[in-house]
Amino acid sequence: MTQLATVPTGVPAPTNARPRPTRTGGIDRARQRHGWLFVAPFTLVFITFLIVPLGYAFWMSLHTKTLAAGEHFSGFENYTRAFTDPEFLHGVAFVLRFSLVLIPIQMLVSLAAALVLDNLSSRLSKFSRLMIFVPYAIPVVIGAMMWGFLYSPRFGPIGEIFGMFGIDAPFMLSPDNVFAGLLNVVVWQWAGYYMIIIYAALRGIDTSVYEAARMDGANGWQIALRIKVPMISSALVLIFVFAIIGTLQFFTEPQILRSVAAGSIDASFTPNIYAYTLAFSYSQFNYASAISFALGVVVFIGSYVFLFLSRKRNGLS
Amino acid sequence: MSAPTLTREPGARRRGVTQRRNLGSHTFLVLLVLYFALPLWWLIVASTKNINGLFTGTGGPLWFDSEFDLVANVRQLFSQNGGIYWRWLGNSFLYAIVGGVGATVLSVLAGYGFAKYRFRGRNLYFAVLLGSVMVPLTALVIPTFVLLSDMGLTNTIWAVILPSLLSPFGVYLMRVYAQDAVPDELLDAARVDGAGDFKTFVSVALPLLRPAIVTVLLLSTVATWNNYFLPLAVLSDTKLLPVTVGLGQWQAQSTSGAAGSQLWNLVITGALISIIPLVVSFLSLQKYWQGGLSLGSLK
Repeated sequence: MTQLATVPTGVPAPTNARPRPTRTGGIDRARQRHGWLFVAPFTLVFITFLIVPLGYAFWMSLHTKTLAAGEHFSGFENYTRAFTDPEFLHGVAFVLRFSLVLIPIQMLVSLAAALVLDNLSSRLSKFSRLMIFVPYAIPVVIGAMMWGFLYSPRFGPIGEIFGMFGIDAPFMLSPDNVFAGLLNVVVWQWAGYYMIIIYAALRGIDTSVYEAARMDGANGWQIALRIKVPMISSALVLIFVFAIIGTLQFFTEPQILRSVAAGSIDASFTPNIYAYTLAFSYSQFNYASAISFALGVVVFIGSYVFLFLSRKRNGLS
Repeated sequence: MSAPTLTREPGARRRGVTQRRNLGSHTFLVLLVLYFALPLWWLIVASTKNINGLFTGTGGPLWFDSEFDLVANVRQLFSQNGGIYWRWLGNSFLYAIVGGVGATVLSVLAGYGFAKYRFRGRNLYFAVLLGSVMVPLTALVIPTFVLLSDMGLTNTIWAVILPSLLSPFGVYLMRVYAQDAVPDELLDAARVDGAGDFKTFVSVALPLLRPAIVTVLLLSTVATWNNYFLPLAVLSDTKLLPVTVGLGQWQAQSTSGAAGSQLWNLVITGALISIIPLVVSFLSLQKYWQGGLSLGSLK
């Protein structure tokens, strides 16, 4: 989920780029072309590390390499194979189920924290804001490792904590519990970051709105749910989209916890782990590319459709 | 956040309710803090234990052992595999700083170009760029690996640094910010005075863009620092690994290996040391990123 780090509160507004008329426009048309000079260095990187790899992944996915025949064109064979491959489908089903449970929990936790923090200005609240955010500054690898230790029956505190209630501690990474175990790791890692984004959006609301509502007899709950939440809906929509993009490419946490999970996380646990294993353990780069590309297309279309459907709420219309 | 009781008379109600609500809110916050701080507390405590103390310590997992071995652990980090840990940490710094600064420079230039020039194809290009924000970057790792390996660049520092220069979101952020923060009138005035395009950019626009630059720099540095999938795929030489991948290897080795190759105490102490730089920068640069993170939702 590391990629989320580069995409916080932005509003990826599709083609809203109508320029305001500038005064230089009519006078100096030659000069407008100089814009390309500013854009050129980025364009070079954009083409080399985004457009070309995407195109190449697609090209590779349409080919198959065999020892006998070398690399040859095989059309959509790799895709047919992927969508009938139980291991791939299993991984897809897992990340879908995982997002369905994770995202509501994560958004509730971050929204609740942000709403509470927005109401307070005490020292404790400032300190809490920082502490809740701190996991964002910790690499996902380290976060996953720490939870791996905490879950460990050998040297984690989980036995003690459950022992206080007189219950035997569950192993959070056993096949039955691994879903909840990972859920907790991801909520811990990202809720603070989302909280800060929501909090910033809340701070942007003009407080006179609350005064007016209070005059009309609204209580704290009503102000929070009927005024604050609707007013920050664009921030919530975007968090949702970025959470989906992040969760569907789930890789780092399960990869790190694999070694301590005693078999409950296998080589096809998520589509990305499966693609990684195919490419680097079995050298099946073509098939791995088909899986990567299919995943990318699904995520891209999914988030685009979501942004389109929610355009009234997210203010992009 | 407990709901106020509506039965009391309004005057006496306000204060009592506020206080009670604050008590409820503060309890909620304390619980959240405990949850979010628990792993960190555990990490700090565990980094002071030796490998036996981790398993059979007297204080339990959440308290200090009778022996205090933090210094010994740090010392062992210097001796293990010839102090390779510090090399990993240095690599992480190198990748994060070069990748972060590079991505920021490219984003500032491009964002300014998009915001202030109306060149041919600009709108189409920008639409493509916005779409690319939604391409999951991990989908690019495998083809990027194959391409880099064709170019003979895998297993070099460039395999990590060059792809890290890509930050479509940074460009988007800079464009949105530059649109309003740099008035056209100022640019025109500079041009009338005879300044060239680049000079106008450096002397007029750059100073106005500073808040957005800090934000983009922070976000892209953190992204590179945290990256795991890309370096895992493109690097195989242990000396080139960033600290995330390096510690991941030690962890896997400790799980599978025999007692002699277990490095749990090093993994833990190494993890603690590696998170200090970022945590400290976030705490000390608060006022920059707290303002900056809302930049994207300016619209």
